[in-house]
Amino acid sequence: MSARSSTRRLTRRRFVAGTSAAAVAVAGFPAILRAQGGPIKIGLLHPVTGPISFSGLQCRAGAELAVEAVNAAGGIKSLGGRKLEAVLGDAESKPDVGVAQVEKMNEAGVAAIVGPFASGIALATTQAAAKHGIAHVVDVGVVDQIVERGLANTFRFGPGLKSIVDTALSNLVKINDGAGKPAKTVMLVHEDSAFGSGMAKTLNERLPALGFQVLETIPHATPTRDFTNIALKIKAANPDLVIPSNYNNEYILLARTMRQQGVRPKAIYSILGGGANLKFIKESPDDAAYIIDCNHWFDNRNAEAKALRQKTEAKGLFITYEVMLAHECVRLVADAIERAKSTDRAAIVKALAESTWAGHFMPYGPTKFVNGQNQGARPVNLQVLDKDFKVVFPPDVAEAKPVFPMPRT
Amino acid sequence: MSQLPIVVPSVLNGLTTGAIYALVALGLTLIYGVLHIINFAHGSLLMLAMFGVFFLHKLAGLDPYLALLVVPPACFVAGYALQRGVIARASHGKDHNILLVTLGIAIAIENVAIYFWRSDTRTLDLSYAFDTVNLGVALVALPRVVAFAGALVVAGGLWLFMARTDLGRAIRAVAKERQGARVVGIDVEHVFAMSFAIGTACVGVAACLLMPTFYVTPQVGHSFVLIAFTVVVLGGMGSFPGALAGGLIIGVTESLCGLFLGESLGQIGIFAIFIAILLLRPSGLLGHRA
Amino acid sequence: MRTLAGIALFGLVMLPLPALLASQVWLNFLVMTLFFALLGIAWNVVGGYGGQFSFGHAAFFGTGAYCAAVLQAQLGLAAWLGFALAPVAGGAVAGVVGFLSFRYGLRGSYFALVTLAFAEVLRILANSAGFTGGGSGLLIKLAPGAANLQFADRSGFYYLVLALVIAGLLLSLWIERSRFGSYLVAVRENEDAARALGVDAFAIKLRAIVLSGAIAGVAGAVYAQMFLYVDPGLAFGPTMSVEALLVPIVGGMGTVFGPVLGSLALHLLSEAGRSVLGQAPGLNLALYGVLLVIMVLFLPDGLVGLLRRVRRRFLRGRADA
Repeated sequence: MSARSSTRRLTRRRFVAGTSAAAVAVAGFPAILRAQGGPIKIGLLHPVTGPISFSGLQCRAGAELAVEAVNAAGGIKSLGGRKLEAVLGDAESKPDVGVAQVEKMNEAGVAAIVGPFASGIALATTQAAAKHGIAHVVDVGVVDQIVERGLANTFRFGPGLKSIVDTALSNLVKINDGAGKPAKTVMLVHEDSAFGSGMAKTLNERLPALGFQVLETIPHATPTRDFTNIALKIKAANPDLVIPSNYNNEYILLARTMRQQGVRPKAIYSILGGGANLKFIKESPDDAAYIIDCNHWFDNRNAEAKALRQKTEAKGLFITYEVMLAHECVRLVADAIERAKSTDRAAIVKALAESTWAGHFMPYGPTKFVNGQNQGARPVNLQVLDKDFKVVFPPDVAEAKPVFPMPRT
Repeated sequence: MSQLPIVVPSVLNGLTTGAIYALVALGLTLIYGVLHIINFAHGSLLMLAMFGVFFLHKLAGLDPYLALLVVPPACFVAGYALQRGVIARASHGKDHNILLVTLGIAIAIENVAIYFWRSDTRTLDLSYAFDTVNLGVALVALPRVVAFAGALVVAGGLWLFMARTDLGRAIRAVAKERQGARVVGIDVEHVFAMSFAIGTACVGVAACLLMPTFYVTPQVGHSFVLIAFTVVVLGGMGSFPGALAGGLIIGVTESLCGLFLGESLGQIGIFAIFIAILLLRPSGLLGHRA
Repeated sequence: MRTLAGIALFGLVMLPLPALLASQVWLNFLVMTLFFALLGIAWNVVGGYGGQFSFGHAAFFGTGAYCAAVLQAQLGLAAWLGFALAPVAGGAVAGVVGFLSFRYGLRGSYFALVTLAFAEVLRILANSAGFTGGGSGLLIKLAPGAANLQFADRSGFYYLVLALVIAGLLLSLWIERSRFGSYLVAVRENEDAARALGVDAFAIKLRAIVLSGAIAGVAGAVYAQMFLYVDPGLAFGPTMSVEALLVPIVGGMGTVFGPVLGSLALHLLSEAGRSVLGQAPGLNLALYGVLLVIMVLFLPDGLVGLLRRVRRRFLRGRADA
């Protein structure tokens, strides 16, 4: 009941803030009082409607859980236990709407912004936030240019695309070598927009030098309604490895169709595989079995990670990397505010830049930002084992050994 | 080339995919042929029907094929109500208003679906979803064979219905000459609503036949609706045999273009055919020249 | 004369707004409203005055956007050049689409679908070609400064788009007054009759679509400069095609102020949706859809139609008194 009434109040307040800055003081509390003791506003900007809304909603859920967690732990202690308050924004999967939301958040007086999942939106929102000097922590968007444009307010906690691919490939070589090099030939299946084609290009450049022969590269559209052709092509070329880079729906259709057509490579090794998630594993365990995915993931053994998984599942959601990253980005901001001892935007940006936060559950080590990019950030290898996602590589965080090549059944 | 040995399976696969396109297009071609409107809401109605099938299975344990007894009739009623209660009333008989109204309905339905069911991808895990029929040259998934047969039956049934029943004759009369039909005493509004209802029921059938192999999300309609328009134009607006043939042709074209040009660029084959047909024979393969 | 005075008044009211508005939110709101008005003005030329319903204005919009992005990001040329060439590119693509579809006599929904298909073809090509950056899209380098057509302050974009919209309004007014315009309207009302009277319907429609494509191309370049990022879905996807036709139809087709009113109404509508139901993902857009239906229910002739009705009633009332 109380949760509901607080959302409603938030709605109304946001409406007022949007209508006119002056009216806020009239309708809400006296402005001065709010500045001193009221909650600290954090903008949570995600695409919760439109084509990428699944990921956006997952991000929002994670970020909201983090706000609850910070508040439950006593808020920002250096500011007398002031609580965090989420200012929600929907980017509607469009950059222009994302920018409009940043402007709203600015006038709602947010101390920092966490979001917006997609790279295309992040390029626009980081720039808009920079104009107002608002710290913008990018939770997922992996395109490298996001942190290469000299924007002092922009930070990315997770790894960028180049570092993900580097890690994924070096892990692949190590896993393959460890099993006696069973895999020599590769087929790439990628979706043809920014993420998939960028990935395929890099892989085509890099794999031959690592001793893998790329038999064929197959791009496909999003959405693709039918994967039978692709499965047949894979069957005909018979590669040792299939590396898919695509979003949720296509990933699932591909895996299902491959099984339907009796295609069994030695391994399916995806990099940021969109569909490699627990929902797919639970709904179609046989299609997902033994898939290896190199992706963002927390340290499964960490107590707080386990707690987050429980809390997420208690809300009827599956735990995904979006939940984890958005959750930790909010806590990263909370840590920065704690050290800044202020809600001043410049002070928060400075605190983020100097951040050495080690309290998170990602396998990154303490944060260290260079040009806004967290240097320790890295993906891990997960494998679908026993109907669950197990971290199998690198060894320092692994809870199981990789099953490679996958057993022929 | 590695492509050649898989041409035959690829054609077969195109035929089964095309049958699904035809099913979605059958409803659209009826609505298009009679009301002469571009129904933006067609895709979102397909999505709603697919969610219906999904939840009937999840909550009531109803098999998607048994849902054929429930979902299409429900779609029929919804379609009738939508046309009579909303579209006809709001459009004031102007084509551009119908367009706005169906667009508004599509936006509303899709986003209500996001609100209630989030954007999760949902699939049904059915025991027979992975059964295949061995045709000697290729393995074809059983649900796809069923869908293929379903499309043939629905197209044939609609064709018979239009040719043999009074309502069918009335629909044809209205499609051809609206004013004339009114003069001879046909209830044009009722015929419009019936056409919309039958068109929506076709979408219900498509949903039941799709769910065993496909996923559903609030956005799933988008991936079919543009193709369905292509099929309608290709076959000739208002022609059921045309929609069936058009669906199969588009399915095979998509499959073969995907094979030889790549799945990404291959999509262009569909639109190239689409543009060529529109320019050179806008009445479609089996349509009558207006 | 009244319309010209109206445009002047519009300019005078809009010009000082950035200085008066304290809120960046509302400034941004106005920039986007004007931007979509510009896109609507483009559609209105061929769709409103010419009666040719295009479902594929994204083809012209996207060409303009890519023209600006490719010239800067791939060839390293100046932003102004890309901006100047965008209408040429947009007009050229429109010319090809128009030539093919009008030559073969496509009308009504057939024309609508063929434009939609052309936009899709361009989207797929942009996705596959190298110089467009493929699916990854193109990123224009962040370099604030008026010389690069990037304005650190949003009011820079405001004045740019405002100037373009006023130019578009004047152009619409010219269409209403010119012989070209009367021919175009004649073709819309009854193509066969117009032809019988000696109007070259093909040439008139072709000119209209080229003009329309050129304006949409400018809108595309503006979008590219504002967000510094273009990808095939943003540029050629159906969203922009739908926005382009929604705005003038809601406002009033074939009227000078229709697109501006339509854009304002639609943006207020979606803002209202967000304010009332902003926290519930989806519900705000659902409300927007419902409001759209209700609006059509009560305003079959668009907002301009409503204003005309109100004015007529007002004038009649005064005459009675």
